Amino acid sequence: MSNPNSSLVFVYFMATIAVAMILRVMSVSPILDQLNPDWIALVLVYWTMAFPERFGVFTACFVGLLTDVLTGRLLGQYALIYSLIAYFSVKEHRRLRQFPLLQQSLFVFYFLLLAKIIVFGMESLQAGNRLSLSFWYPVFSGILAWPVVFWLLRYLRVVARLA
Amino acid sequence: MSLSLLIADYRGTKLHALRSLLSVTLYPLQSLASLPVDFYQSLSTTMISFVELQKENQRLKETQLINDARLLKLAALEKENIRLRVLLENSFQLGEQVLVAELLSVKLAPYEHTVVVNKGSRFGIHTQQPVLDANGIVGQVIRVLPNSAEVMLITDPGHAIPVEVNRNGLRTIAFGSGQSNRLHLPFLANNADIVPGDLLVTSGLGGGFPAGYPVAVVDKFEARPDKSFATIYATPKAQLETSREFLIVWSDSTPVELGNQQSAPVAVDHSGKAHVQP
Repeated sequence: MSNPNSSLVFVYFMATIAVAMILRVMSVSPILDQLNPDWIALVLVYWTMAFPERFGVFTACFVGLLTDVLTGRLLGQYALIYSLIAYFSVKEHRRLRQFPLLQQSLFVFYFLLLAKIIVFGMESLQAGNRLSLSFWYPVFSGILAWPVVFWLLRYLRVVARLA
Repeated sequence: MSLSLLIADYRGTKLHALRSLLSVTLYPLQSLASLPVDFYQSLSTTMISFVELQKENQRLKETQLINDARLLKLAALEKENIRLRVLLENSFQLGEQVLVAELLSVKLAPYEHTVVVNKGSRFGIHTQQPVLDANGIVGQVIRVLPNSAEVMLITDPGHAIPVEVNRNGLRTIAFGSGQSNRLHLPFLANNADIVPGDLLVTSGLGGGFPAGYPVAVVDKFEARPDKSFATIYATPKAQLETSREFLIVWSDSTPVELGNQQSAPVAVDHSGKAHVQP
């Protein structure tokens, strides 16, 4: 595809992912840290939904690898999770686009829950730590964050006149 | 592909190069994420009033004086200690070197008690190095990247540290409890000689931590007659939540040669008395 703004899309994608990564590891206060949703997953869902032919499983896998390094997990943990999320998001992108925000949030809830369940499995396999209930909070705060992410990124897309 | 990566990373250390490479590109992001809090900190120190500064200066001078006096005594005590150890013929000396590392205000996973500091393998840091602050043991280095290192705090549920009671030398192991400011001592019997207020120091067993650093103060002892072990909780001495500067320690316990110059007269004296050679 020799779309003139295709490289621009990529620049915007990288920039938003970078911002999401910063938000992901930012530490403000202990309570907010516990509620900090998985911004990277939300941004990924948006971009794979908006440009399913550009951003797919492989992009997600690479972003996931970076996330693993950033958050000090086993290499491949988030690569796996984000690949799965991107797969479903690309597969369902037509439906997702048609949904009202509330229903989208429900889908995003499923994605985040899937991610958390995999993380839970991994952490339990590695150390057998008893994870507290607050481990699951980001799933719910993620639903609240989704409309904000969606509006912001759509606004960005419209302003930048990306296809 | 992800799964094979996962297994490879869990089993071996071959992927460390890849992680280091990626972490270099990600380091600016971490610094950026840490920026707002750093900025707030510097702002609050800039906005401090002159009177308060004066007071703080006064206070610091006083503590400096007291510490200096204590150090004088400590030097003498250290000499004496070495002399006595020579007498006992099991001397060792802790050669310790420290590096100050600053905390990056980033949170890797809220359910883990790990922090990131801004010094990494470029400064020669390696894994399992003990980390201290001004008050006591903070934790140990668990992963080293070129520009940063991840430190597991002693309160992490996966962390255990060999300790002894400073008062009577009772040895045990302190586990992290997962709550901040709380350690758990699960392996002491109901009749163990330990009371709230006892200071726990590192015992140096296991080789990970140097001996004699304060770890925590016991704050709860509850004997459970129906179980074999008592419930004991302790509060870490280190300011795990508020410290921003940590000391990373290189410790090597190389034995001091017996009968070196300083303690030679004593040793001779001792051996002269002990073995009366024909």
